[in-house]
Amino acid sequence: MSALSLSLPTASRRTAFGKIVRNEARLAWRRPVGLVAGVGIPVLLMIIFGNIAAFKQPSALVGGFTLFDVYVPILAVFAMAMIALLGLPVPLASYRELGFLRRLSTTPVPRSWLLAAQGVLQLGVALITLAVIFGVSIEGFGAHAPVSSGGLVLSIALSVAGLFPIGLMVAAAARSASAASIIGRLAFFPLMFFAGLWLPQDLMPTLLRDISNYTPLGAAVQAMQSSMLTGFPPVAPLLVLAGYAVMFGFLARRFFRWE
Amino acid sequence: MVIAPPVSKESAATQSCWPEAVSSQPAVEISHLRKTYGALTAVDDVSFSVAEGEIFGILGPNGAGKTTTVECAIGLRPFDAGMIRLLGLDPLTQRDEVHEVVGVQLQSGALPDKLKVVEILDMFRSFYRQPADMDELTKVLGLTEKLGSYYKTLSGGQRQRLSIALALIGNPKIAVLDEMTTGLDPQARRDTWELIKSVRDRGVTVVLVTHFMEEAERLCDRVALIDRGRLVALDTPARLAAQARGGKQVRFVPSDRFDDRLLTDLPEVSVVRHDGQHVVVDGTGDLVNAVILTLASAGIAARDVELVSLNLEDAFVKLTGRHSDTEGALS
Repeated sequence: MSALSLSLPTASRRTAFGKIVRNEARLAWRRPVGLVAGVGIPVLLMIIFGNIAAFKQPSALVGGFTLFDVYVPILAVFAMAMIALLGLPVPLASYRELGFLRRLSTTPVPRSWLLAAQGVLQLGVALITLAVIFGVSIEGFGAHAPVSSGGLVLSIALSVAGLFPIGLMVAAAARSASAASIIGRLAFFPLMFFAGLWLPQDLMPTLLRDISNYTPLGAAVQAMQSSMLTGFPPVAPLLVLAGYAVMFGFLARRFFRWE
Repeated sequence: MVIAPPVSKESAATQSCWPEAVSSQPAVEISHLRKTYGALTAVDDVSFSVAEGEIFGILGPNGAGKTTTVECAIGLRPFDAGMIRLLGLDPLTQRDEVHEVVGVQLQSGALPDKLKVVEILDMFRSFYRQPADMDELTKVLGLTEKLGSYYKTLSGGQRQRLSIALALIGNPKIAVLDEMTTGLDPQARRDTWELIKSVRDRGVTVVLVTHFMEEAERLCDRVALIDRGRLVALDTPARLAAQARGGKQVRFVPSDRFDDRLLTDLPEVSVVRHDGQHVVVDGTGDLVNAVILTLASAGIAARDVELVSLNLEDAFVKLTGRHSDTEGALS
């Protein structure tokens, strides 16, 4: 990538990268399956949960908070998981399948830019979705405001760092876009179970909860929930997320095929 | 009529063929290229060079190693041995500079369905320092009316033309086109040939990979015939075709009867046949001149002289032992 400076001046490089991101955004918008799953469903669930009276009653089962308080970070992680496990890898696998990556490698622009552009786009989508979920649930439905904003920001950053490389690994492993979509979904449901979508972690038996703490989505929920409800998150889930970031970052780099 | 003295086959052909060394630096230089995949040798000791402004064809059956050769040349694949230079640049160590001056159309390489033609062109255009004028390019390629259409809705021919447009959008000095007319209907194919000629007329060197004999014959100044990874012939299409039966064929109507031995004694002539009032002479070298001069000196005129050109397909079959559309071992 360093040799590129010989080809395009910095301003033009920025323009070229911007054009790739813009086309990626157009594609995401024109085939909005990823946006519906990654943005629409969690936001919709948040609105539904926010309208269930029983979810708004403080409960001793979940430490005196409301079930809604507990579910807000779970839905935030739901959105991030959909975006990381489906939104990110499916287009990348389809570009490899089409030969678009290959075609790009015959131009002065490195094909890795397409990955980077897709990453930037999905990161943008994720951040907007999180802003909507946290903003609307707190302002509109009276969810617990974050006790540690700094902890929440750090938790989100580490969750992105931990989950996006898993999506890249899905793209690396899949031979086609449809395979990427299947692998992403197969990974999504069990991981989401450990994140507490069907049974919040507080209600899980000890063994399940211990397992959950070591899964990427479980650790992400744990870190965000602590930041929202009690204070700066414990080190354990943050380390788990960082571990996934390093491990899957390495694996995706090692196994990603361009053709 | 000025009657030229008989000339040898070689010097006669040189006059009509592309000058072999136009400038000091060839556009493409490949020497002793070798590429293996495990035990399989895909390209074996292939050497050729392409002059600037030439339309050069790489011809061969499917799986002969054409695409591999081209992919090595443009820096998409590392190779095991040999040397490649594009306008003096090394495609492996100077990839970015190479891609700035070499436009490539790959055999496989679809684009996302839901992008519009104009969005695709505009994006690729931004990758180059001195891109081509988009309006002109789309006009020449007949894509202007399709600018607002999704890639998905383009016909095969339109996709192929877009693909060629992407190869040319960086204003390349060399255009490498791999099977550019495969899947096109005959009319679209002929239109594309015209386009390629106009591209060359603008000073672009064109390297064409094809397995269509007609395409090579109509378009190429010279062709390299590759079979089973080896370069089996390198010449103008006309001369390759001439080699097919070791020569040419002349048909004419003589003004009077003559003894066949008059012609069969000539070194250029191999066979003389009579076909109605026509005489058909097979031979090599400067056959037409030799026959007509000899007849003239015997006081016989030849009317309706016709030089039957043997086509490249004949050469192909002769050199590879297969037809051009036969599947090879490797695809």
